[in-house]
Amino acid sequence: MIPELGQFSLILALLVALVLGVLPMIGAQRGRERWIALARPAAYVQCGLVALSFALLAHAFLVQDFSVAYVAEHSNSVLPVRYRFSAVWGAHEGSLLLWALILSVWTALVARFSRSLPDTFVARVLSVLGLVSVGFLSLTLVTSNPFLRHLPGLADGNDLNPLLQDFGMIVHPPMLYMGFVGFAVAFAFAVAALIEGRVDTRWVRWSRPWTLVAWSFLTLGIALGSWWAYYELGWGGWWFWDPVENASFMPWLIGTALIHSQAVTEKRGQLLRWTLLLAIIAFSLSLLGTFLVRSGVLTSVHAFASDPTRGAFILAFLGCVTGGALALYTWRAPRFSVDTGFEPVSRESLLLLNNVFLVAACAMVLLGTLYPLVAEAMGWGKVSVGPPYFGLLFPILTAPLFLLVPFGPLARWRQDQAMRIAAPFKIAFIAALVVAAAAFALARGLPLRAVLGIVLGVWVIAGTLTYVRRFRADPQRRARGLSRESIGMLIAHAGLGVFVIGVMLVESTSIEKDLRMARGESVEVRGLRFTFENIEPLDGPNYRADHGVFVVRSGERIVATLHPQKRAYRNRQVMTEAAIDPGFTRDLYVALGEPLDGGKAWAVRIYHKPFIRWIWLGALFMMAGGLFAAADKRLRERRAQALTDAGADALGAAA
Amino acid sequence: MRRLNFAMPLLLFAGLAVLLYSGLGKDTRTVPSPLVGKMAPAFDLPDLLDPTQRVSGQSLRGRVYLLNVWGSWCVACVQEHPILMRLAASGRLPIIGLNWKDEPEAAVALLRRNGDPYSAIAADREGRTAIDFGVYGAPESFLVDAQGRILYKHIGPLDWASVERQLFTRIEGSTP
Amino acid sequence: MIRRALSMLLYAALIVSAGVAVAIDPLPFANPAEELRFQQLVRELRCLVCQNQNLADSDAELAKDLRAEVFELMRSGKDDAQIKQFLTDRYGDFVLYKPPVKPGTWLLWFGPLLMLAIGIFLARGQLRTREPSASTDDRDGEFS
Repeated sequence: MIPELGQFSLILALLVALVLGVLPMIGAQRGRERWIALARPAAYVQCGLVALSFALLAHAFLVQDFSVAYVAEHSNSVLPVRYRFSAVWGAHEGSLLLWALILSVWTALVARFSRSLPDTFVARVLSVLGLVSVGFLSLTLVTSNPFLRHLPGLADGNDLNPLLQDFGMIVHPPMLYMGFVGFAVAFAFAVAALIEGRVDTRWVRWSRPWTLVAWSFLTLGIALGSWWAYYELGWGGWWFWDPVENASFMPWLIGTALIHSQAVTEKRGQLLRWTLLLAIIAFSLSLLGTFLVRSGVLTSVHAFASDPTRGAFILAFLGCVTGGALALYTWRAPRFSVDTGFEPVSRESLLLLNNVFLVAACAMVLLGTLYPLVAEAMGWGKVSVGPPYFGLLFPILTAPLFLLVPFGPLARWRQDQAMRIAAPFKIAFIAALVVAAAAFALARGLPLRAVLGIVLGVWVIAGTLTYVRRFRADPQRRARGLSRESIGMLIAHAGLGVFVIGVMLVESTSIEKDLRMARGESVEVRGLRFTFENIEPLDGPNYRADHGVFVVRSGERIVATLHPQKRAYRNRQVMTEAAIDPGFTRDLYVALGEPLDGGKAWAVRIYHKPFIRWIWLGALFMMAGGLFAAADKRLRERRAQALTDAGADALGAAA
Repeated sequence: MRRLNFAMPLLLFAGLAVLLYSGLGKDTRTVPSPLVGKMAPAFDLPDLLDPTQRVSGQSLRGRVYLLNVWGSWCVACVQEHPILMRLAASGRLPIIGLNWKDEPEAAVALLRRNGDPYSAIAADREGRTAIDFGVYGAPESFLVDAQGRILYKHIGPLDWASVERQLFTRIEGSTP
Repeated sequence: MIRRALSMLLYAALIVSAGVAVAIDPLPFANPAEELRFQQLVRELRCLVCQNQNLADSDAELAKDLRAEVFELMRSGKDDAQIKQFLTDRYGDFVLYKPPVKPGTWLLWFGPLLMLAIGIFLARGQLRTREPSASTDDRDGEFS
């Protein structure tokens, strides 16, 4: 009864989404006040209905209603409560419902927090969001209904994949989806603007916090995924350039380009058409990601489902959304007359360069990810494209970005001179070289990649501090204080420096050893002695484990005690739970393999990973920076806004 | 002409959509073998049923045969078994088994239970020969001609339609 | 056709679900340099039965065999190129995560730099100023 109610609620939501998608849009075209006024209420109602549907599915999991097929497949009676909840989005059908929920929530938030925008424009934005909802809701109902029954009801369910029974897995998908879906707002904005035929920079200003928040969530979501893979999967990696990982990274790259390009458009009225195009591409890549994960077109460890039927549906959806938006762009973008008001050396051009490198990097990732398809279609044979390819080309394409990052914030708008921009950074440059040399000496020799990483990272961080120094040197600015937007920028850029140091160091200096160890044996890794003290059986809620005890010593002092486990779950899956001693400058990592020689010894893997935490720390900085910037007072809603800002005139000719 | 600039994103997307559509429903798991058309790798392994005897590529020269990679642990091989029995009964194509990474007792027990379609079975306990043949999953079958050249590789369990379409047609063309 | 795909999937599923037990293979390396070389090599090679994993991370039976094979080849004095050749002779280019540069992969290897060049070219096109626009606010100094 309750699952049927959930399904019914979803159907109602679809109908409301249809109303939302159609009527306000027509109303805005024709000037029908009543239809325009439908937009906001419809958004709220849709949100309520989808939320109800989601709550009912969650309820089915919590009370363990195994007559619902989806619940039976991904849960069972001994599954701990918190995982029963996260199992809702642990597989294809439920995760689509989560997508739809988050989309309807963002839509409702847009309805609530858009008072400063003209009603016709808001109606258009909400309609676009409504149409996207129609797509997701119908995709869910038609091909991936989580409420289908399994009759007669089963006594017990399968189980949630043990890999997913974990905190990281609880949080990672929702954060990712908050990001993917959040880009829909910028997308809807772009489409609405193209339909409208003109854009006021105040509207662009309105759209910035939404994009910044979405980008921040996406940053967090990707970082969580990476961190989860590291501690859960047992092979010490944090990024594999797997198609599904790439599918989340591409929107992030375009999203980064977008937040920078939106800044230029909002402050200077420049690059408008480019910003609109980027917004369309960012969300389209989110949808492309959905397609890649669920269609079976590419081989991936992450793939949710390999179903060509669902794939075809999503492709059709993608075709309508992206194809429609790009067709609209082709048709309407020329209307926006732009006049390029900046010189080759200026902040605008530096930000444009930022965009060029980010988009090129994204195009490279897309090319590499889809290349197996291309090769097959063209008859060039079956190829694999993996980390050696991406790991080589990505640094090449993004290195210029790292070099240029410190210059951007200090460059003047519209016109500047290269020498003037570069002058304050002598100290930062020297600092980068000095720190790298010091690190080299301290470590008694470092690989080239590590040195480069330190140089780039310190350069970016020191360059960011240079901005602060210059700012404080100017008494006027100092009196006014740094805006949150600027603080956000500084934190995010510094995070970038932290990130690159982490990546380059861990990739070039980490140590991995596979060993055969018997109880009592020790091994020395980088000056630390790892002793395999004990191993004994242990029972968990839904598994049996072999629980190992490793003690790590530096000389006589105990540095860490680690407890790696080998677990056998009820559904006969065997998993290794690695034991990690996290540290600011290094991680120690021990994982158990198979018992050898009839149990007399064990295969053990030991890692020493320098600075790996800096990778996620850097990402957290970036996320924090984005959120800070979004909270800037300038970007807040104002009902009546005096036209005091430079460039706050309407952009583009009237239709 | 300027319109074309604005149309580029749409055109690129159209190309992308066509590419993605072409990928739907394709089997991404089969890896085509580079050995088709080349000489089969040499091998010399003990016979599963009588370890004092050897089964080698050399000794099999002179007639067309089907090399079938299987194991008692392989679920899909059980599925394929009736087809192999039928093929053996037809007498048109001798089947040589390559018992891959298996326990001899388990393999022999399986044959005793379900029947033995093989003219001879090579026991590849280490898996070296399988690697030489580019085997990556079971079951796989190689059609080898009288000179020792690989004519065709079938990935996955055989079905009778494939036997007729892919195997029998090729036997005709090659000298017995 | 579908049945075949399904059974292959089933087989693969058995392999995968049999363990995200890690592929820990203690091998008797002569020295750290040899170990490092092995680790790097085995990260560039693909596990053919897995859903996109390299030979280093996969615990599939075939992956274990192939790792042992790579180790033997290293011991017998073959260099990296020869080892990769050994594998591509048997499994095709699919086994390499770094596709060889040949006409079928020119687009892959040269495309990105080409795209970057195009991007820079298009961006430069953006810089062709008409008249400087009205927004020459002096107020827009360094910090706005």
